[in-house]
Amino acid sequence: MPRLEEHCWSCSCSPSVKTQELSSASWIVCKTGEMMSIITSVLRHAYGSMHSLQSANLMRRGLVLFIVGVVLALVLNLLQIQRNVTLFPEEVLDTLFSSAWWIPLCCGTAAAVVGLLYPCLDHHLGEPHKFKREWASVMRCIAVFVGINHASAKLDFANNVQLSLTLAALSLGLWWTFDRSRSGFGLGLTTAFLATLIAQLLVYNGIYQYTSPDFLYVRSWLPCIFFSGGVTVGNIGRQLAMGSTEKPHND
Amino acid sequence: MMVRERLRQNISAAFYRHGLLCASYPVPIILFTSASILTCCYPLLKLPLPGTGPVEFTTGVRDYSIPSHESPGDLSERPDWYQGPPVAYIQQVLVKAAVSPWDNSLVPVDVFRSPLGRVFSVLEEIRNHVYTDRSLEALCLQVTDLLPGLRRMQAVLPEHGCLLVSPGNYWQNRRDLFDADPDLLKTVHQHEPKGLHTSATLKDLLFGVPGKQTGVSLYNKKRVVTYTITIALSSYDARFVASLRARLKQLHPSANCTLREDHMVHVHFKEEIGIAELIPLVTTYIILFAYIYFSTRKIDMVKSKWGLALAAVVTVLSSLLMSVGLCTLFGLTPTLNGGEIFPYLVVVIGLENVLVLTKSVVSTPVDLEVKLRIAQGLSNESWSIMKNMATELCIILIGYFTFVPAIQEFCLFAVVGLVSDFFLQMFFFTTVLSIDIRRMELADLNRRLPAEAGMPPPKPGPLRPRETPPPPRPSPHTITLQAPAFRNLRLPKRLRVVYFLARTRLAQRIIMVGTVIWIGILVYTDPAGLRTLLAAQVSEQSPLGEAGLPPHLGVAPVFPGRDPTSTLSVLPAPEPTPLPENQSQGHRAARPEVVPVSSPQITWGPEDEELWRRLSFRHWPALFSYYNITLAKRYISILPVIPVTLHLSPQEAIDTRHPQDTHHAPPPSIKTSDLQADLTLYKVAALGLFAGVVLVLLLFCLYRVLCPRNYGQNGVPHGRRRRGDLPCDEYGYSPPISEISPLLLRGHSMDIECLASDGMLLASCCLARQIRVWDAQTGDCLTVIPNNGPRASWGQTFGNQEEDLLGADFREPGGGAVGRPDVDIFPIRRRTTPARPALFGDQPDLTPLIDTNFGSLPPSQTLSSSGFDFGGLVEKAYQEHETSPTLAFPPSPPASQQRRRSLGDQPVLPPELPPQNNGDWDSSVWAMELRGNLIATGRSSGKLELWDAVEGSLRCSNEDGVSGITALAFLNNRIVAARLNGSLDFFTVEITKPLGLLQYRGPPGRGSLPPSPCYSSEDVISCQLTRSVQCAHQKQITVLKAAAGRVVTGSQDHTVRVYRLEDSCCLFTLQGHSGGITAIYIDQTMVLASGGQDGTICVWDVLTGSRVSHVYGHRGDVTSLVCTTSCIISSGLDDLICIWDRSTGIKLYSIQQEVGCGASLGVISESLLVTGGQGCVSFWDLNYGDLLQTVYLGQSSEGQSVRQLLVLDNAAIVCDFGNELSLVYVPSVLEKLD
Repeated sequence: MPRLEEHCWSCSCSPSVKTQELSSASWIVCKTGEMMSIITSVLRHAYGSMHSLQSANLMRRGLVLFIVGVVLALVLNLLQIQRNVTLFPEEVLDTLFSSAWWIPLCCGTAAAVVGLLYPCLDHHLGEPHKFKREWASVMRCIAVFVGINHASAKLDFANNVQLSLTLAALSLGLWWTFDRSRSGFGLGLTTAFLATLIAQLLVYNGIYQYTSPDFLYVRSWLPCIFFSGGVTVGNIGRQLAMGSTEKPHND
Repeated sequence: MMVRERLRQNISAAFYRHGLLCASYPVPIILFTSASILTCCYPLLKLPLPGTGPVEFTTGVRDYSIPSHESPGDLSERPDWYQGPPVAYIQQVLVKAAVSPWDNSLVPVDVFRSPLGRVFSVLEEIRNHVYTDRSLEALCLQVTDLLPGLRRMQAVLPEHGCLLVSPGNYWQNRRDLFDADPDLLKTVHQHEPKGLHTSATLKDLLFGVPGKQTGVSLYNKKRVVTYTITIALSSYDARFVASLRARLKQLHPSANCTLREDHMVHVHFKEEIGIAELIPLVTTYIILFAYIYFSTRKIDMVKSKWGLALAAVVTVLSSLLMSVGLCTLFGLTPTLNGGEIFPYLVVVIGLENVLVLTKSVVSTPVDLEVKLRIAQGLSNESWSIMKNMATELCIILIGYFTFVPAIQEFCLFAVVGLVSDFFLQMFFFTTVLSIDIRRMELADLNRRLPAEAGMPPPKPGPLRPRETPPPPRPSPHTITLQAPAFRNLRLPKRLRVVYFLARTRLAQRIIMVGTVIWIGILVYTDPAGLRTLLAAQVSEQSPLGEAGLPPHLGVAPVFPGRDPTSTLSVLPAPEPTPLPENQSQGHRAARPEVVPVSSPQITWGPEDEELWRRLSFRHWPALFSYYNITLAKRYISILPVIPVTLHLSPQEAIDTRHPQDTHHAPPPSIKTSDLQADLTLYKVAALGLFAGVVLVLLLFCLYRVLCPRNYGQNGVPHGRRRRGDLPCDEYGYSPPISEISPLLLRGHSMDIECLASDGMLLASCCLARQIRVWDAQTGDCLTVIPNNGPRASWGQTFGNQEEDLLGADFREPGGGAVGRPDVDIFPIRRRTTPARPALFGDQPDLTPLIDTNFGSLPPSQTLSSSGFDFGGLVEKAYQEHETSPTLAFPPSPPASQQRRRSLGDQPVLPPELPPQNNGDWDSSVWAMELRGNLIATGRSSGKLELWDAVEGSLRCSNEDGVSGITALAFLNNRIVAARLNGSLDFFTVEITKPLGLLQYRGPPGRGSLPPSPCYSSEDVISCQLTRSVQCAHQKQITVLKAAAGRVVTGSQDHTVRVYRLEDSCCLFTLQGHSGGITAIYIDQTMVLASGGQDGTICVWDVLTGSRVSHVYGHRGDVTSLVCTTSCIISSGLDDLICIWDRSTGIKLYSIQQEVGCGASLGVISESLLVTGGQGCVSFWDLNYGDLLQTVYLGQSSEGQSVRQLLVLDNAAIVCDFGNELSLVYVPSVLEKLD
């Protein structure tokens, strides 16, 4: 779930800043969205030329991953917003759907990319992921991921370091419990790094503001969330990929 | 290491004993467990029901003091939250004002304009009230700043100073603005939110009474305006409040006011869950249920899947309840929101152990006793279970040391939950499982009895009489695997109930309905949600009016019985005042007639005492939240209202009129408000319905997209399936429904060696060299080609004895026939089982014959000799049995001579017998093919014969070659024969007469095969050797396959050669194996796969001769290879069946068979694999790797293994089974053959 939480505290930033920076923000957002879509389309084209049969499969997987990303983004965004905006329940939905319309789209795209990258990487490395490949495990993984987000939003910790350490431990635990592959770890780290970088840039440009930034401009637990999000989406993607390779057997 | 091992042993021994215990006494243990669950859950009764509505506590006003933080003794009286000072004391001044007497000259606006205008004077009075140097400024709650998001409220809500709200705030508490306002209603309503609103609106906040009761509207029939002035006090000064009350009462006396003034109500607000918070919660619950669903659907191979799934869920849920109960018992009250952490707890505890237990138990051998099975299954998994539990406990312990209260509490719950879950697994679930297994065995018994009874009796005659009706056989395309075959079985009633439950998925549906109801209740109880709205609607629309329904009873979870006074205050006042009730009723009834003259009357009833109860639950939290003060987990104290009655004269009303009031246009509809109320209700209902439908549709679509028919269960999670000791029966259990009954074709007196079919006919040849032709559809024996036709002179008696002796010799598999030193040709990988491993599933088993002669012979001599010398073996056998007196064996000179030669190891064997006219009756049949109605047989003497399958006559024979024919391929009109010396002969079958179809031959079945020519009996058929490739291979040719115009040979010299069929030209020599070729697959689509003795499987491109993929598959020979369009299936001597992805060469999964299980494979459809085993054939689902069914071929399955297996076109398989053939019709539900 990269770049899901870069808007975590978007509601807390003052409206004046928001309006001022709206143009640059939307520009960046459009650019990233374009980039992502270009990447996905290139990937899809590459795959489509390789296996025309697989392209439909890939599209389907990408679509599913996109939907999952959008839904998770909405829900988790809500979870993060709640902490500050619980007092205005009737306005939460408005803020959710109006100001941050692009966030679910970005998250969905990113989820599709990461979720397709994981099985692709597995394929190229030649080590198919065999560990706990079943939907129950995937569901468990998603639940734990939501739980980590829940914890990051709801728990009151004494200090930020403690929170970050706890979440880091939880993320590692997630990886160990559901993935255990080196490629998964590497890709998760890459995802976390890139997403955090993007978040930093966005915050630097004034699109966001975190209530108490302790890691340059963002919260220090952000990479943990990104890491676990990447692992989770990768898990889903692998499961989908496995289901689709098995599909021709039925026909 | 030693300690670990010992620990492991101890643990598994303990689990073993525990399993025995559980399986031995199921009922007492279940009773005990239920009792302990109930005991542990008992403390839960004391917990308040989860809900988010505010709770109240009532105390007297007189002896009120701020409750101290340390709770005094009387805990039973006061709730936990009643500690410390409240956030604020709320003092409401309830103003009822009316213009009286009403005058017809007055316009509707006058009803509220002047009464509202009086609010400023009352406000002034309150603000300026001073009691002994204490003013309101000193006591009231000072607020600083509105939240930045509330710009539009800045004009109306006080921003600095006292939190004092009244309708006057609409006009900034300035009388001049009020007077200058042309349209009061517009001012009031301009702040109202559009559409649905669930929380307090600004109008409610400022007026302090529900919007309906204010009377500020043009159609106010009562003409009484009600509003409150709400003052929030930060500290309570009884004397100040009392003086204020006295002052206001004195100024504006209320005539018949009997309001009680001696109780203050403390309202405690819990943490709020809005709709926004509900969404993540619902999401987690959806994920949770998906998890439970995906977990429980993995339970299989048990009697009642749903029963066990239910037991698993019950185990987890009750362990959670137990953990909460135990924690409560030991004084830990849960402060976390139970509903929120519950899904995570379930996920942490998980259903894995339960599933692992089930799988382990069902995979134990079935022939054991139930007790022992349970015990074994438990002890097998004991180590992993203990390890997992220790790991989880460690993780949770680490979590405990984060010293974050919330996490600590979660960990505490999780630990207790884990332990109780373990307890329940060990006692409850294991016992349920043992009951289930026992029932399954009973059902298994029920299943097998009718199956055996229905076996057709063995026919004595070699030919099945034509007039016997063919056995009832379901048509091949309509059979379903899981058809309800209960009608034959007399099931006990409870089983039928369980089947009914399982069939209709009742449990699943009940769970779903329960979930929906639960979510509905959640939404309903949400204070911001439907309930208040509905309650408000109901109270407004009830015919009894306001007094009929004490609204707070249905709305707020109060604490009844704690405080007797509170109940008093809650219920209507003891002295009923029927007067206002009647009056109001009277007003309504008399309205149409006496509207113009009815004078407004101000009445005070008990419902006015606590008018704030009518307000939304969010009223106070919303008010305070505007100033960033949260009421969550805190409380406010509401003081008794101060009633103020204002009577205004008509003149006064006219004086305060705004000039525009008189020509104020009446609004279009008179019933807007009522209509609006109705509309709101309908809107809510429609919206809810719509949302539900959309949710269901969305879930359905997601389900469709996510799970396209197969659920990633395809065997990969459990890469190697262990199978039980019972032959070919995974988990020792096959589905209880069987419509597959094998058709046994009997007639051969000895083991069947060769099997050939072209789809309609079936030819078999046994060791006794008798060839039989069967109808593949009905199983009738059509023709018998006996082996002793012309050799009758040799003696009928002798022939029989010879057969017997041969049989005796061949049935000793461990004997000398196999154990010869010629292992260099076929390295014998013998297992301990008596069954012969079939090295080639698709060609005759040559092992016993090859062993006896050719191993030590140089090929040249074999070439020169006439071939296989069968007599030597016979003679030897006779010599060994010489002492037997019953044998009347006439020693013939050539026989003894020949024996000498064979013993002398340097034989120059002349043809033993002069060549005979029609058939070589001595040499055995090594290869047989059937096309059309021609049977091609390759004999050990190197002779190729063509027989008419229908008439049983020899049509043609060719004796060009002398080396034994090991394999034959018959394609179109060409026959390819591979010989023992490595040469390859191409024959052409020439027919002098045009082809004619025989009547009984149906259309050619599978489109992939070209229609074979059929020959009528009048044709003269000749068979000519067109080309002989002398050194096709350096060593013996082991495999020969032909398809798609190609002939592929595999040899012991590690190479595979591809020939073109038309011109017998060698196209490629494929090198890549490091051992002899043992299996080859080629089909019409030019897919070529080969397997060798080195255990590798190569896939070749037939067009280019390049190797596509090369995988190392088996430890030992690859014994059989089959391809489908997507995968390759191989079986090896290591008893593994591996399924490979054809394009990538990645192993998808493998199936571990038991030792000595047959190596024959067949693919019926894309997803149905059939394997032969010991006395049975098994059907596998290729997508999942699941065993679908095992069909037992006979009653005595010992020692008889299926070595050859042919898949016919009409979805039937035929396999050899000792001296019988089995014709099994396969239900082809998975794929229809078009």
